[in-house]
Amino acid sequence: MIKTVYSKGKLVAKTGNEVMAEAMRQIEPDVVAAYPITPATEIVQIFSQFVADGIVKSEYVAVESEHSAMSATIGASAAGARAMTGTSSQGLSLMWEMLYIASGLRLPIVMAEVNRAISAPINIHGDQSDTMGARDAGWIQIYSENSQEAYDNMIQATRIAEKAKLPTLVTTDGFIISHCMEVVETYPDADVKAFIGKYEPERYLLDIKRPYTLGSIDLQDYYFEHRYQLAQAMRDAKDIVLDVAENFEKTFGRKYGLYEKYMLDDAEIAIVVIGSTAGTAKVVVNELREKGVKAGLLKIRVYRPFPVEEIAKDLMHVKAVAVMDRADSYSGAFAPVYSDIVASLYASGVTSPKVVNYVYGLGGREISTGHITSIYETLCKITSGAEKPSNKVEYINVRIK
Amino acid sequence: MSAKMIEVRWHGRGGQGAKTAALLFAETVLATGKYIQAFPEYGPERMGAPVQSFNRISEDPITIHSGITNPDYAVILDPSLIESVPVTDGIGKNGKVIVNTSFSSSQIAHKLSIDASQVFVVNASRIAVETIGKDIPNTPMLGALVKVIGTLNINGVLEDTKVKLTAKFRHKPEVIEGNLASIKRAFDEVKN
Repeated sequence: MIKTVYSKGKLVAKTGNEVMAEAMRQIEPDVVAAYPITPATEIVQIFSQFVADGIVKSEYVAVESEHSAMSATIGASAAGARAMTGTSSQGLSLMWEMLYIASGLRLPIVMAEVNRAISAPINIHGDQSDTMGARDAGWIQIYSENSQEAYDNMIQATRIAEKAKLPTLVTTDGFIISHCMEVVETYPDADVKAFIGKYEPERYLLDIKRPYTLGSIDLQDYYFEHRYQLAQAMRDAKDIVLDVAENFEKTFGRKYGLYEKYMLDDAEIAIVVIGSTAGTAKVVVNELREKGVKAGLLKIRVYRPFPVEEIAKDLMHVKAVAVMDRADSYSGAFAPVYSDIVASLYASGVTSPKVVNYVYGLGGREISTGHITSIYETLCKITSGAEKPSNKVEYINVRIK
Repeated sequence: MSAKMIEVRWHGRGGQGAKTAALLFAETVLATGKYIQAFPEYGPERMGAPVQSFNRISEDPITIHSGITNPDYAVILDPSLIESVPVTDGIGKNGKVIVNTSFSSSQIAHKLSIDASQVFVVNASRIAVETIGKDIPNTPMLGALVKVIGTLNINGVLEDTKVKLTAKFRHKPEVIEGNLASIKRAFDEVKN
C-alpha cells in the first residue's frame, strides 16, 4: 500500500506535464508567457486553462513565437514580477538569444522544459540535445528522473532562482516522462506557497522610488566584471541549491542533492546518467547486486552548476565509469556530460577510474535494461583487464555500417 | 524486474480509446493502493491507425522507464488488429491475450497460433452498445482485464471509476451508469 511521505500530502496519478502545470498553479507566478510546442504543449495549455477559469491570478501572455515568449518573460521579470515560461526543443532554440539576456540581466525566471530532439531531421521524441545545447547559457539546469522529481524540482527552482538571481530550468524527458502517468505526491497549495514565499526583488524597473537602468551598454570598462559575476553566481548557486533542498526535506520529507548516489559508495563499476534512464539503470543495478556485482549509479540532478569537486570525490574509488549522454556534441571530441565528468576528475587529481562515454537514445531511441546491462558488462571487462577502455564515443542501439 | 510487477499492452485503433483505457486503468489501480505507470506509444496520429498504450502495476515503486516488450497481458480492443498487427509479440508462454470479439477463445487461439489457455474473449463491442449506446470497447475491456488479472478488487475499481466519471460527466449521469455497467458486465462475461 502506497503511503505519502508528507503528512498532508496527496497521492495522485498524473503525467509529467500535468504535475509541472500543477506546480505552476501552486506557485502562481505573476506572469507566464509561452508558445506551445510538443511535447511540452500540455504544460502551458493546462496552465492557461487555470488562468481562463480564474483559478490563478497570473497574467498569461499568449505570444507568437518562443523568442517573444522569452522576451515577454524577461520584460515581466525585469519589471519585478515572478515570471515563468515553458518550452521544448525548437522552442528553446528559438529563445537562444534571449536565454543569454535572461542570465546576463540576472533575472530569476523559471522554465518548465521538456527534453526533445533537435531538428533536422525533424523528430518530436525525447533526448537532451536541446538543454545540453544551452549548457553555457548561464541558466541553472535541474533534470528530473520522474514526475515526482519534476514537481518537487519546480517548487525548489522558484526559490533557487530568486536566491541565486539566475534563471533556472527544470526538465523532464520528452514523452517518457512528460506523457507518462505515474503516482505523484502533491502538497497542499498553502504549504507550497509558504515554502516558496513572497517574491521581493532587490531592484526592479517598476520601482519608481528607486529608478535604475538595466541592460545598458557595457564595454571594455565593466563587461568582463559583469560576466565574471555571472560565472561566480553560478559557482555560488551550488550552496543555494543544497540549502533549498535541505529546507525542502525538512518541510516535505523528500531528500534532494546536486546528484543522487545509488549503490555508489562501495561500487567498483558505475554509470553516470541524467534523467529517466537513471530509473531504468537502477533496475539493472539491483539485478547485478543480487549476482554479487558491485555496480553503482550516479544520477546528475543539477547539471548547471556542475558539481565538480563533489562528483570527483564520489567517483574516486570507482574502477570503471561509463558516462551515458542522451545528446551528442558533434564536436569531434566527446559528449557534454562525459567532458564535464572527465574534466572534474582530472582537475581534482582523480586519475585512477577508467572513464568511457556512451551516447544513447537520440530521437527517443529505446534504451532498455538489456542495453544498460551490456554497458555494465563492458565495465566489468575493463576492470578485469579483459578489455581496453574505449578512447572515443561509443553508441548504444544504433545501426552503424 | 520485480516478480510482482504486471505489464499490460493495449492494442487499439486511433480514436478507440486505447490511451484513455491505459490512463483510466492506472488511476483505478492507484486507488487500490498500488504503484502504476500508464503511457502511450506515440506515432503518427491518425484515426483508425493501429495504436498501442501500456501499463505497469506493482506493489513496489516503479523506476523502470523503458518500453514494454514482454507484456503479461495484451488487450485487443479491435478484433481486426489480429489480422494486421503482431499482437502476441513478446507474450511468451505465460502471457494472456484478451480480445474484444464474438469468436470463441479456441477460434482466436487458432488465428494467433498460441495455446487456447492463453486466450480470453469478451464481446466488449456488444456490451458497449447495449450499456453505453455506442461501440466504445475500452471501458468494458477494463473490466475484462481486471477479471483476468485476478488480483485486483473489482468493487474498488468500480467505485474509483464512478468518482472519476462523476467528475467528468456531471451533466450526463446516463454516461456514468452505462460505463460502470459495461465494466461490470465484461468482468462477468469474459471467458477462456
